[in-house]
Amino acid sequence: MSIDNSIVKKISKLSKLKISSDSEDKMAEELNNILNWVESLQEVNTEEIEPLLSVLNEKMPLRDDEVVMDDNQGDILNNAPEKKSGFFVVPKVVE
Amino acid sequence: MNQFEKLTIKSTIQHLRHKDFSCKELTEFFIKKISNNRKLNCFITETPEHALKMASNSDKKIKNNETRAMEGVPIAMKDLFCTKNVKTTAASKILENFIPFYESTVSKKLWDSGSVMLGKSNLDEFAMGSANTTSFFGNVINPIKGKNNSDLVPGGSSGGSAAAVAAGLCLGATGSDTGGSIRQPASFCGIVGMKPTYGRCSRFGMVAFASSLDQAGTLTKNVDDSAIMLQTICGYDKKDSTSSKMHVPRFSEYEKLSLKGKKIGIPKEYLVDGLNSEIKKSWENFSDEFKKIGVEIIDISLPHTKYSLPTYYIIAPAEASANLARYDGVRYGYRHENVDNLNDLYEISRSTGFGDEVKRRIMIGTYVLSAGYYDAYYIKALKVRRLILDDFLNAFKKCDLILTPTTPNVSFLIGEKQDDPLEMYLNDVLTVPASLAGLPAISVPAGKNKDGLPFGLQIISSHFNESLVFKAAKFIEDINK
Repeated sequence: MSIDNSIVKKISKLSKLKISSDSEDKMAEELNNILNWVESLQEVNTEEIEPLLSVLNEKMPLRDDEVVMDDNQGDILNNAPEKKSGFFVVPKVVE
Repeated sequence: MNQFEKLTIKSTIQHLRHKDFSCKELTEFFIKKISNNRKLNCFITETPEHALKMASNSDKKIKNNETRAMEGVPIAMKDLFCTKNVKTTAASKILENFIPFYESTVSKKLWDSGSVMLGKSNLDEFAMGSANTTSFFGNVINPIKGKNNSDLVPGGSSGGSAAAVAAGLCLGATGSDTGGSIRQPASFCGIVGMKPTYGRCSRFGMVAFASSLDQAGTLTKNVDDSAIMLQTICGYDKKDSTSSKMHVPRFSEYEKLSLKGKKIGIPKEYLVDGLNSEIKKSWENFSDEFKKIGVEIIDISLPHTKYSLPTYYIIAPAEASANLARYDGVRYGYRHENVDNLNDLYEISRSTGFGDEVKRRIMIGTYVLSAGYYDAYYIKALKVRRLILDDFLNAFKKCDLILTPTTPNVSFLIGEKQDDPLEMYLNDVLTVPASLAGLPAISVPAGKNKDGLPFGLQIISSHFNESLVFKAAKFIEDINK
């Protein structure tokens, strides 16, 4: 599998990253190098092997379903680049 | 030489309790030393005022005989741990001005045990790197010099923490280890780096890179300090459902264990191409030393070792691409000015806020998770990860510990290995397998090469067996003294 500039465009769109057109070639090359390198995994026989999602061998508990009131709206908004009347502000999305 | 230069965490706790000096005096000494060593670039944020406040509180506690486990011990906090009301950047432009309103569990535990925060230490951006050269705030310089007084990398990602401890700018530092980010810099800086079992420490408030691998740990001058500091940060935390409920033993009591009759495995697959001959020799020498005290040295095989790095470089970027989706320029972090639509706001803020290595990993991660490639790459890597874990589980049926080098080579010049990402990734070839398997692993100084550059040996145990790791590490440390 090989990555060309159209795939770089597609991935950058999915990643919400802007890759300038003069950087696309370099990015494609770097990604191809990395992918060629991980290609060796295909030679491993993994038939009937279950994917390992976590090494933690313990049951993950569900927390109690209780309402917790945190009065920290102001604290959260303190780090917002733009805020107004207790809300985050983004560019207009509805015409 | 100043009386404070030779202090360790263990000796400091004793001296402070005996009131040989005050915590304020000690803290002032470190604050001054940090400001005299700014050229090493170990800290992103120095917090002298915080430190003095905490020191004065510790002095009060000592006066009232209310000392806690790490009372008055000045440390550095890797700038990946959120600290309440203190800027936390993850060494990224995107978090350049981020001030958390909450405290990470690991840092909270350290403050609750009386530790004093000197500052937030530098790292590779989002802990992605092996040389501390990807930090938005500039690279860290290893206090140990190369030939002709050249500047060397401290390793990474916990490079600021490791360099600060090695330069004597603090008594210990926190680190985080996803594929070697504690052990590799410890090896390069000639100190002890401990990554405990996955789940020992809460990840709450630790800026996420790859959640199934990220694990907090310690960087210290010696093994005893490592045991003391690790004790403080371990334990179940309801804020992190992947933290473990396993009992945390008294690590400092590792002394009571005996190595006699224990078996140490030497995995043949760790004799990698390009392994430095002096490191190889030291590895063999210490195997012989263990034999002398009645340890049985056995040859073992971890057959899937060579697939560890490729597996890691699918899983870690995949998880990173998901974790770093949160940086949207809306709720916190960098936001590009004068953008008039939401999509551009996301794209330009992220492209300007993230560095090249971070972007590369997000791209790779997004690709391997995308429709059509998910099974071929991501699921395949998860299956191989199980085989890598099984290799270790089988090995630990035959031996109690595994001894390997930490890194294939010693530290290198700043600017070296920058052109090809793959060459940088190879630094972690010996540390990544234990990360994928979630096993505890330490790097302990084992010698220096002919140019005086340090290197470490790595000791790995089965899950939750940190005490035995400390015991074997102490044995190496005592011989290497």
